[in-house]
Parts: sequence; C-alpha cells; structure tokens
Amino acid sequence: MKLQTATRLGLYATLELARNPERTLSASDLAERFGVSTHHLAKVLRTLAGAGLVQGGRGAAGGYRFTGNRRRTTLMDIVALFEPAPGSRPKEPGEQTEIGTALQRVLAEIDEIAEATLRSVSLETMLKHPT
Amino acid sequence: MVAVRPAEPADLPAISALDARLTGQAKAVYWQQMLDRYAGGPPHRHFLVAETEKGHLAGFIAGEVRAWEFGQPPAGWVFAIQVDPKLRLKGTGSALFEALVARFKAQGVARVRTLVDRKDHLILSFFRAQGMTAGPSLQLDKAL
Repeated sequence: MKLQTATRLGLYATLELARNPERTLSASDLAERFGVSTHHLAKVLRTLAGAGLVQGGRGAAGGYRFTGNRRRTTLMDIVALFEPAPGSRPKEPGEQTEIGTALQRVLAEIDEIAEATLRSVSLETMLKHPT
Repeated sequence: MVAVRPAEPADLPAISALDARLTGQAKAVYWQQMLDRYAGGPPHRHFLVAETEKGHLAGFIAGEVRAWEFGQPPAGWVFAIQVDPKLRLKGTGSALFEALVARFKAQGVARVRTLVDRKDHLILSFFRAQGMTAGPSLQLDKAL
C-alpha cells in the first residue's frame, strides 16, 4: 500500500510520541529521527494537533507530546487525516469502461482489506507488538 | 477478575442467552451441538467459559486443533468467542484466549488461527491486540 509522505510521517510521529506520553519532543528532534525536514514535519504535527492527538509548543524548539488515547486510536484514524477519503477520488480516464469497472472492483477489494487492517490496529497494539 | 474453566452441559442456557443477546439470533440447537462436540469431547477440542466471582457467565471461547485443513500443518483454530459487553476491557477475552492458546500449545501446535468478518472492527481489533496478524490464507467467496 502506497501512503503519502505526510501520512507516513504522521504515523511515525504519533507512534514515537505515544511510546511515552510523558515525554516531550520538538519538531526538530522528530525530524532528525526520521531524516526529514523540520518544516515538513511541523506541518504534519499541526494536523495531528488539530485532531487532538498531540499538543505542541510554538516554533521549531517547542515540544510536542501525545495527548490521544492509545487504546482507542487506530492507524486508520491517523491515515484518514492525510489521505483522501475512499470514494472522494476523482474518476480517472478509462474507469467508466467495462475493463475499467472490473479493475476498480479489484482495487476496491484491496482498499477494503487495507482499511480493515489499519482500523484493527490500535496504537496500543502497535506499540505492544512492534513486529 | 474471572476464572476460566472447561464448559459443562449446564452452561448451555447462559451461553445461548449471551450469544443471542450479542448477535440478535437465538441458536440454542447450534450451541447444544457445539457443547456436545467440544465440551468434554476429544482432547483436541476445547470449549471454555469465564465465570465471575459470583458464578455468572462472563464469556466463552471454543476451538480445536486441526491438521492439514486447506493443506496447512496442524494449528489451533478459534471458532467462537463472546464476552459479556458489561465485562469488556477488563481482560476477560484475553484470559479466555490465553487459556485456549495454552491448551493448543500443550498439544504441540505452534500457531493459532481464526476467521473474522473484516467489517467487524471490534473483534478484529481484539485478535490484533492478542498479537495476531494476517495469516497465510485468503478466504474467497462467490454468490451462487
């Protein structure tokens, strides 16, 4: 499954902070850990903060900490913050044809399985069984 | 805290009632047959119940070791698990699962499997929380 960079960073940052909710990490600490730009990560952290998953201080030096619920938050909750909702994607050329429709059914099956998987894994489960 | 023990014929009314409450479908004959086959039956079949300190049914689990099912080496299969909603998130489901897995291990199998409705996120999350991940098989289906 291909996830956008922002989605992967959102998952990394949330899981890293959820590992120890008492701990505060700055956007630059997290950016360094994942090898990305602080600017990019700061944008992702703002989205996570808007969803109530993290709370953060101002600027690159300001610290972030996890404020969500590890048992109730699933990987899908985070993915949904960054990826377009299923069905909201505009139609692409060829999709209306017989072959295009048949192909869409296969792709929808894959999406449904991927969504079920992401919805079934809570942050708690992820941190308890990291492999 | 719950105690886990093998199911007995006298547990049928409580098991049947809990399942009917949770699924909205009364299946007394089915549960009677399940108890006949699994409770006190061959050693590879297990039907366990979790009981509260006051002796009320908190939940149940049923499973068995099956060999070469769909070409797969012996594995423990979980066929049914139900927990009273009032007692969820208190470790009842985990206690049942662990007790069944301990019996599977004692019989020498190294894997546990189950089949879950992919839209049933609650039960899917429960098995994930027990450390289960996608297995080697894909279930296929066709309308007839």
